[in-house]
Amino acid sequence: MSMPFYVSPEQVIRDKADYARKGIARGRSVIVLQYSGGLLFVAENRSRALHKISEIYDRIAFAAVGKYNEFENLRVAGVRLADLRGYSYDRRDVTGRSLANAYAQTLGTIFTETQKPYEVEIVVAEVGESTHDDQLYRLTFDGSVGDEHGFVAMGGSADAISEKLRERWTEGLDLGDAVRLAVELLGSAPVNGTGSEESRVLTPAQLEVAVLDRARPRRKFSRITGPRLAELLGVDDDSDDEPDESPG
Amino acid sequence: MTNGRRSGLGVSLSQAYLQPGSSSFAEFLAMHDPSLLPAGRPLPPGTTVDAVHGTTIVSLTYAGGVVMAGDRRATMGNVIAQRDIEKVFPADESSCVGIAGTAGLAVEMVKLFQVELEHYEKIEGAQLSVDGKANRLATLIRGNLGMAMQGLAVVPMFAGYDPETGGGRIFSYDVTGGRYEEHRHHSVGSGSMFARGAIKKLWREDITSAEAISIAVESLYDAADDDAGTGGPDLARGILPVVAVVDSDGYRRVPESELEPVVRAVVAARQTRPDGPVAPVTG
Repeated sequence: MSMPFYVSPEQVIRDKADYARKGIARGRSVIVLQYSGGLLFVAENRSRALHKISEIYDRIAFAAVGKYNEFENLRVAGVRLADLRGYSYDRRDVTGRSLANAYAQTLGTIFTETQKPYEVEIVVAEVGESTHDDQLYRLTFDGSVGDEHGFVAMGGSADAISEKLRERWTEGLDLGDAVRLAVELLGSAPVNGTGSEESRVLTPAQLEVAVLDRARPRRKFSRITGPRLAELLGVDDDSDDEPDESPG
Repeated sequence: MTNGRRSGLGVSLSQAYLQPGSSSFAEFLAMHDPSLLPAGRPLPPGTTVDAVHGTTIVSLTYAGGVVMAGDRRATMGNVIAQRDIEKVFPADESSCVGIAGTAGLAVEMVKLFQVELEHYEKIEGAQLSVDGKANRLATLIRGNLGMAMQGLAVVPMFAGYDPETGGGRIFSYDVTGGRYEEHRHHSVGSGSMFARGAIKKLWREDITSAEAISIAVESLYDAADDDAGTGGPDLARGILPVVAVVDSDGYRRVPESELEPVVRAVVAARQTRPDGPVAPVTG
């Protein structure tokens, strides 16, 4: 009988974390940021059908980067949890905090107890009555939760984008300024694999944009597409002639 | 791992949440926590329960949409259980549902139906077709057959705007979950036959939404006139029927400011002609 090699627990955890990080770094980035009227989500995503940004409940939305099947699984679980809670208690009793907690526990368990960790990073965002009450939770592959303020960037070039956001994001941006800032930063991030440092100009067809709009009635989530997005970006609407592709 | 099974109260998402499955919330409940389904608590065999009953709902189409209205009375035997119950609800942004029958179960079923439609929309990223929604409601009613046989029947009516036809569509149901599409107009509940008689004489192909609202109020007045279970407009207490309009702009509950003049006009006209407007006779 052969003895298995001894691998220290530290090494196992490190290897899993490296594996997950590499997977996440391959994906294109997502930015979530606060603007005067609520929370804005901008992702570089050429697909119309496979979303990185989704509605979870009345005031809560979800954004993710990484492996689609894994974060889609988490998204569906979150919708089920939120709907069940709202159905058995009341709609007001569904909170972003409890959802972020459930995700953290789930990701933590998957990270420690299974061979392969989830290669995902997610944001749970909840829009409040005022900018002061908005909540942004960032969850990483190992289940750690960060309570963020103002903005979050995730994905391949998260660090570079976060640094620029720290310089340029200010409280009370209007929607147009916030969208243009996010799109510019997504375009300035280096694209993995090409080695190109040049910044790109992203067109509406390459973007997935949504808001949690404080002013809307019950369901605050709304997607910004087509002419409305083009107008905010100040470009012509080209969204009709681009074919669907899988998300990058 | 902490078990998140009980109503999702635990902190971690158990396997049930993460399992790939259907986009139906009711099916998820049936698998995960069946006691939360309206029909998930069967009565002991052979027993019946006295429960609060909702009464009359009417619905009629007009060019471009559909109107649904319900009176405000709930009864238990000979007692008025509630004067201002609401029995017409939005099902989602482009459809509505009205309920007659056992009020407790019916309201719970409507709540489940609303979550069911929104859940599907969120999971699939698309709305169900009008027929799809009508069929989902039929499935929910079918689950209640056991209770219906013990006297706790729920009889809803569903109406929605169909973008494919550019008009409103009405569906009625029986206790076995049978789904029937109704054309032009329909009514359910204890006062329904009187309401239907009134609508028949007033409805025309080319009515506007305002006329449809007025016809709905007239028909509920007639239902209340002849049926003890249906409540008429209670102007002394300011209790008006619930009237909803669904058209290409979606669901809209007619606000009190708009409805009150209509109701007052109907009530005033009945002071001189208690039987309501006269339909023309040929020949």
